[in-house]
Amino acid sequence: MPAPECSSCGAVAPRTANCGMPVVSVNSTWSWRDWLGAARVRLNLGRMCYAVTPGLYAIGRPAPDAPVLVTANYKLTFDHVRRAMHGMAGWLLVLDTKGINVWCAAGKGTFGTDELIRAVAATGLAHVVTHRTLIVPQLGAPGVAAHLVQQQTGFRVVYGPVRATDLPAFLAAGMQATPAMRRVTFDLRDRLLVVPVELAMWIKYAVLLALLLALLSGVHGMGYDLAWVCSRGLRAAGLVLLGFVVGGAVTPALLPWLPGRAFAVKGALTGIVVALLCWALGLVQTGSEVLAATLLLGAMASFMGLQFTGASTFTSLSGVRKETRIALPLQSAALLAGIIIWLVAR
Amino acid sequence: MRYLSNIVTLELDDSRCIGCGRCVEVCPHAVFIVAEGTARIVERDACMECGACARNCPVDAISVRAGVGCATAVIYGMLTGKETCTCGESCCESM
Ligand code: SF4
Ligand code: SF4
Repeated sequence: MPAPECSSCGAVAPRTANCGMPVVSVNSTWSWRDWLGAARVRLNLGRMCYAVTPGLYAIGRPAPDAPVLVTANYKLTFDHVRRAMHGMAGWLLVLDTKGINVWCAAGKGTFGTDELIRAVAATGLAHVVTHRTLIVPQLGAPGVAAHLVQQQTGFRVVYGPVRATDLPAFLAAGMQATPAMRRVTFDLRDRLLVVPVELAMWIKYAVLLALLLALLSGVHGMGYDLAWVCSRGLRAAGLVLLGFVVGGAVTPALLPWLPGRAFAVKGALTGIVVALLCWALGLVQTGSEVLAATLLLGAMASFMGLQFTGASTFTSLSGVRKETRIALPLQSAALLAGIIIWLVAR
Repeated sequence: MRYLSNIVTLELDDSRCIGCGRCVEVCPHAVFIVAEGTARIVERDACMECGACARNCPVDAISVRAGVGCATAVIYGMLTGKETCTCGESCCESM
């Protein structure tokens, strides 16, 4: 029987489980393709379809009593789980989440009670394994009602650790997670990993705004002067882009150490500090330039800081709503004021 | 790191709670503990309103208005009247 052609997940010849259902075996190591794919997704180079076929997969040579791990069909998630299982055997029940990771899919409900019940039935899991336990990633819990899954399928749900890398320790401890395994973190590495995605999402708007401001800088009383675009215009564009990068990268990096709890405040403060640094370095000089730079950088960095709530792992919808309602009008006003002062007071 | 205080919609009805511990198991921010047979909220401000505890409580003792704390989605919602995650699902890829 030919192997199902999966170009990148390392799928090898399928083998047949007890019930005659085809089960695909996968490697637990990453190929260069997996690394390349992970890098492309991280850098947001095109929203490619990065999905694996839903169904039941075998890792290693699992016995009927080997653990069943439930995951999403987003390939990066799938890859992390199979890599974490290196040297161990188990079953991977991949839900159809339309190629979206566990956390986002659980929020939408595609990684959810109904899909899990469906997948258990569709794969004939009850005939493949002898036990009745599903290990569901904890981050899938917002979509899955464990008690309903048990009622409908007879399988008990145990929530696995937040991070796939903790799976070996979790399994070795008899499916017990330590409190640390249950906590979502947001350390420097986590934050920096999402920075490129955030920047990529907004860069076109930042560049447009910078261009617009550069072109507007050429307007003066009598007409239009290209020399002004090149001098004042380019500096204004630079300030806007600097604010964008400061809010989108520096604020996330320094997040825990910045004062305030609201992301918009953290962003605004970093922007203002950088504007004052520009002044100290002589990049902006007159009083009105310094004021305009402070407003532009503060507004841009505050806006980008606010956007970072979506990437963070601890902001509530209620909090973000409140913060956005207050911050967005202030950011818009500051940006507009900055632009006007820059253009008028010269 | 803590987000804004006194804002989340999380509520626990401890008269219904049977102390099963599911909420402790699913919460990614250690908001609950179970002591003497009932759950208690110990870190209310750490709640990110993910809804995992409410969804998994077998006796519906927990309520929370669940959603994603993402400003991009909130702004999109303000502009269009819809509230969906518009960030190309990339906002939470770190997890
Ligand atoms: S999940 Fe519900 S019943 Fe179980 S401990 Fe928590 S509040 Fe109590
Ligand atoms: S909504 Fe999520 S973060 Fe808040 S208490 Fe429940 S499980 Fe924890």
